[in-house]
Amino acid sequence: MNPVSYLYLSALLFTIGGVGVLVRRNAIVVFMCVELMLNACNLAFVTFSRMHGNLDGQIIAFFTMVVAAAEVVVGLAIIVSVYRARHSASVDDASLLKL
Amino acid sequence: MSRAAAVHSLWTDSSVSAVLADAPRKIPAPHIEYAQLSPVLIVLGAAVVAVLAEAFLPRRSRHLAQVAITVVGLAAAFAAVVALAAKGYATGKAHVAAMGAVAVDGPALFLQGTILLVALVAALGFAERRLDPAAHGRPVDSFAAQGAAVPGGDAEQEAVKAGWTTSEVFPLLLFAVAGMLVFPAADDLLTLFVALEVFSLPLYVLCALARRKRLLSQEAAVKYFLLGAFSSAILLFGVALLYGYAGTVTYSGIADVVNGTVRTVSPALASSTGNDALLLIGGAMVLMGLLFKVGAAPFHMWTPDVYQGAPTPVTGFMAAATKVAAFGALLRLLYVVLPGLRWDWRPVMWGVAILTMLVGAIVAITQTDVKRLLAYSSIAHAGFILAGVIAISPDGVSSVLFYLAAYSFVTLGAFAVVTLVRDAGGEATQLSKWAGLGRRSPLVAAVFAVFLLAFAGIPLTSGFAGKFAVFKAAAASGGAPLVIVGVVSSAIAAFFYVRVIVLMFFNEPRADGPTVAVPSPLTSVAIGVGVVVTLVLGVAPQYFLDLAGDAGVFVR
Repeated sequence: MNPVSYLYLSALLFTIGGVGVLVRRNAIVVFMCVELMLNACNLAFVTFSRMHGNLDGQIIAFFTMVVAAAEVVVGLAIIVSVYRARHSASVDDASLLKL
Repeated sequence: MSRAAAVHSLWTDSSVSAVLADAPRKIPAPHIEYAQLSPVLIVLGAAVVAVLAEAFLPRRSRHLAQVAITVVGLAAAFAAVVALAAKGYATGKAHVAAMGAVAVDGPALFLQGTILLVALVAALGFAERRLDPAAHGRPVDSFAAQGAAVPGGDAEQEAVKAGWTTSEVFPLLLFAVAGMLVFPAADDLLTLFVALEVFSLPLYVLCALARRKRLLSQEAAVKYFLLGAFSSAILLFGVALLYGYAGTVTYSGIADVVNGTVRTVSPALASSTGNDALLLIGGAMVLMGLLFKVGAAPFHMWTPDVYQGAPTPVTGFMAAATKVAAFGALLRLLYVVLPGLRWDWRPVMWGVAILTMLVGAIVAITQTDVKRLLAYSSIAHAGFILAGVIAISPDGVSSVLFYLAAYSFVTLGAFAVVTLVRDAGGEATQLSKWAGLGRRSPLVAAVFAVFLLAFAGIPLTSGFAGKFAVFKAAAASGGAPLVIVGVVSSAIAAFFYVRVIVLMFFNEPRADGPTVAVPSPLTSVAIGVGVVVTLVLGVAPQYFLDLAGDAGVFVR
C-alpha cells in the first residue's frame, strides 16, 4: 500500500483535532482533540520514517508519546482543579478574565 | 510490487536485511560533552535535589532549603555559562554538542546567561514572604496554601490555618529554567519540541498557584494550558512535515536540503525528500508554534489573560524568561534552518511584526489593569524585537540579544513593583487605584516611572539603547517601512506609559487607595537590580552591545 495514504489520514486526523479544539466547549474534549492532533503527528512521523527508510521518525514518535503523557498529567490536574472549584468544565464559563 | 520497491525501507531493502541477518549490529554509545552541557545539567540536578527536599524535609524547613537550592543552582549554572564563554565556546570553539542535539555557541550562551540571571532575580520574588499579612502567625508567600484545595473550601482553610505554602514552586521554576536553557540552544527539531514542553508544563502549573484570586489564577492556567498545548501540537506537526521534507530533523541537515547542498546523498533519501509543499507548510507551522510562545499577533490572545491571572512573581518570570528563550529559538530557526527560504518567510514576518507592534500599542491604551497593560506592552515589544529578527544580518542577531537582555530586567522590575502596591484584596492592579501613588510613596512610584520610561524607550534607559539597536539593524537591511511603523507604535505606546506616570504623580490620591507594602530585602534587591541594569544599559550600553556583537554568530 502506498504510504502517502497514511499521510492523508494523518492530515485528516490533525484537521479533525484542530477543528475540535476550536469548536468544542468542554475543556476535557478540547484536550482530547489536542491529543488527537499529537497522535496525527505520530502517524506522520512513522509514515515519513517508512518512506525515508531511516528510524528517526519512529524514535521521535516515542518521544511524542512521553511528552503527551506528561501533558495529560499536568492538563488533567489543572482541568480537574477548575472543575472542582466551579462544577463546570466548560471553557465558556471560565470568563472572569476580560478586558 | 513496483510500488513497494519505490518504498525505501529498512525492512524490505535486501542489503539491509542481509546486514541485519549477519550479526546483531552494535549501537555506538552516543558521545555527550557533559562539560559543555553543564549549565543545563546543573539546573536539572538542582531541580531533582529540590524535589527530593520537598519529599523528605519537614515542612517548616522547606522554604529556606528550597530557596538555597534554587539560588545556588542557578548561580552555579551561570558560573558554568561564564566559564564556557571564557573558554571560547562563544566564538572560536563554538560547535554542536550531544550528537547534534544542542548547540554551544555565542547566541546560545548569551541567552542562557540572560535566562539564568533573570531566573535568579525572579527566584527572589518567589521567595518573598513579607508582602502578604501573616496567616495565623506564619509568614506566607504569593502562592496557594495548597494548590489542590478547592478555593474557599474547608481544605483550603485548614491548609491556611496550618500555615502551609506551596514550596513546590521552586523545583517547578528550576525545571522550567532547564527547558528554557535548552530551547534557544536546540539544534534539532526534536530537542526543540521536548525543550518547549519541558519549560511550558511547569509554567502551566505555576500559573494556577496564586494565593489570592485563585479562580482567576486557575482560569488563566486552563487558558494557557489549552492554547499552549494546541500551539505545541501545531509545532509538532510542522516538525513532522519538515522531517518528511528533509529526512532528518537536525537543523544543519534541513538547511542543506533547503539550500540544495546536500553533502551525503543516500539513495534512499534522494527520491523521498525535497518536496517544497512539505517545507513551506512545515516551516510555517513551526514558526506559528514559536510565535505563539513569543506572544506575537495574531497568536497573542493568551498573553493578557495569563499575565493577569498568574501570580505576579510568576508573571514577571514568564514575561521575561519565556520571551528570551522563545526569541532565541526563533532566531536560530530562521538564521540556521531557513535562511535559504527567506524570500518566502520575510514578507510574512514583516506582516506579523507590523501587526504585533500596532495591536500591542493600540489595545494597550484601553486597558484598566496594570498587569494587562504590561501584557499588551510586552506584545508591542515582541513586535519591536521581531523587527530586528527579520534583518537577517549579524547586527540583527546582536541587537535582538541586547534588546532581550535589556527588556527582561525592565519587565522583572516592573512586575516586582506591581507586587508591592496592595489593598485588602491582595495586589491592587486596577489602574485607577494607582492614582496619586507618587504622593504617598514617591520612591516606589519613581522606580515604576523609570521602568515605564524604559519600556517607552526614552534615552538614558536601556529601552532606548535596545530599540535604537534593533531599528538600526532593521533599517540597514532594507526594513525602512518596518522602522517607521515601529517608531509610530513606540509613540503610541509612549502615550499610555506617560499616562500612567501622570496618573501616579499628578492626580490626587484616593481615600480608599492602596498601600505600598514594605518588602523584605529579597524584593528590594530584585527591584534594585532591575533599576541598575536599566540605567547602566541605558547610560553605558557599549560594553554590552559589544558583548552581544561578539556573541552574534550561530554555529552550524
